[in-house]
Amino acid sequence: MSKAMTQKEALQEYLLRLADSDMILGQRLCELCGKAPALEEEMALMNVALDLVGQARNWYEYAAELLDDGRSADDLAFRRDAQHYRNALLVEQPNGDYAVTMGRQFFFDAWHYFTIAALVNAPDERIAGIAAKAAKEVQYHLRRSSEWVKRFGDGTEESHQRMQTAVDDLWRFTGEMIEADAVEQQLFQAGIGPDPEQLAADWQGLVNEVLTEATLTPPPEDAWMYKGAKVGHHTEHLGFILAEMQFLQRAYPDATTW
Amino acid sequence: MQRPGRPEPRSLLDDQPVIASDRLPARDRSKPVTAEELWTLLDEVKDPEVPAVSVVELGMVRRIAEENGEWVVDVTPTYSGCPATEMIEDAIAEALGLAGIRNGRVRRVLTPAWTTDWITDAGREKLQAFGIAPPVGSASKLTLKGLDETIRCPHCDSDHTERLSEFGSTACKALYRCLDCREPFDYFKCI
Repeated sequence: MSKAMTQKEALQEYLLRLADSDMILGQRLCELCGKAPALEEEMALMNVALDLVGQARNWYEYAAELLDDGRSADDLAFRRDAQHYRNALLVEQPNGDYAVTMGRQFFFDAWHYFTIAALVNAPDERIAGIAAKAAKEVQYHLRRSSEWVKRFGDGTEESHQRMQTAVDDLWRFTGEMIEADAVEQQLFQAGIGPDPEQLAADWQGLVNEVLTEATLTPPPEDAWMYKGAKVGHHTEHLGFILAEMQFLQRAYPDATTW
Repeated sequence: MQRPGRPEPRSLLDDQPVIASDRLPARDRSKPVTAEELWTLLDEVKDPEVPAVSVVELGMVRRIAEENGEWVVDVTPTYSGCPATEMIEDAIAEALGLAGIRNGRVRRVLTPAWTTDWITDAGREKLQAFGIAPPVGSASKLTLKGLDETIRCPHCDSDHTERLSEFGSTACKALYRCLDCREPFDYFKCI
């Protein structure tokens, strides 16, 4: 951001980041509908996706009100292209094998948990209310994904190796989530969102704890990281996700009956 | 086709009245309605996903009050993504209409967030009778690490049970199985 943002602009931007990450991870999880490895896992994945899409809607609705440019929550989700999406790079990565699916979930959930926990205390009542609802859901998600990382890591030789590979491959997308930019710094000063340094330390601490318990080797903290999602520079995957997710709304704009 | 007192149906599937007319509480329509009567009325509106319990028993209806000549019903959704939220709000609006309340309005309230602690004792008993184990313990005492309290089988009352999945048929439930009677069952998660 070259020029200073007003707090309202910063908040609009931040709400879109929260909403987009929820939305894209929800969409990714829904790709597993009908082909998850086990029935119980399928129900769990779809329920997590449902929570995330519901949270996304709450954030989009608030963002749409603040933007006040005639766009609805649906317009924000279904009529913006990839360069306008602000989701974390991590959540747009493909599902891969189940170690990748759950590794991605765990890294995200850990970030989500500490972020939402801070948003619960925001002076903005609307944010605090949405976060308070989400906090209970996200806690549940994190517990489940942590358990899977431990089960795979401390499981068979093959599950251990696959989980380690997933952690190593996904690691390069985690850096940007815990490195605050000007928007997040500005909002933190206004009491909205986590203390950037604390968030990074909490995330790193929890991830190390779970990976160690899972007998996995945490990648180096100073590893090279991909960045760019916060300004709309995404990996190639996002365009394909949006093409599928937005097809109906783009083909039949403003349809009221499906 | 739209009937008097009903909001326009949302989909082709939505063509059943929300409360069977013989379940409507009797009321003298010549007198103004009271909040107490509305609480009784809304106790007939069931959760579409758990039809054994009403939205009042689930603790979703937070407040019913007259504001500036309108009856306002505050409703708090159970989960962020609960697909039944709109349906429940419509059902409440419809119930008000059926009872002849023309100045009713449903308002969505997110704060404070809904918790299973708000499910009434009657609601818990009905869940149990319906084959769903009611939430155990208090949501405020949950921690990140552990929650595994003993969940009692709603069929045979055994506490010899095990969790099959963190999630069941809906977001609000987890899937368990009884190791004595061998029946699987839903557990209403404590959140």
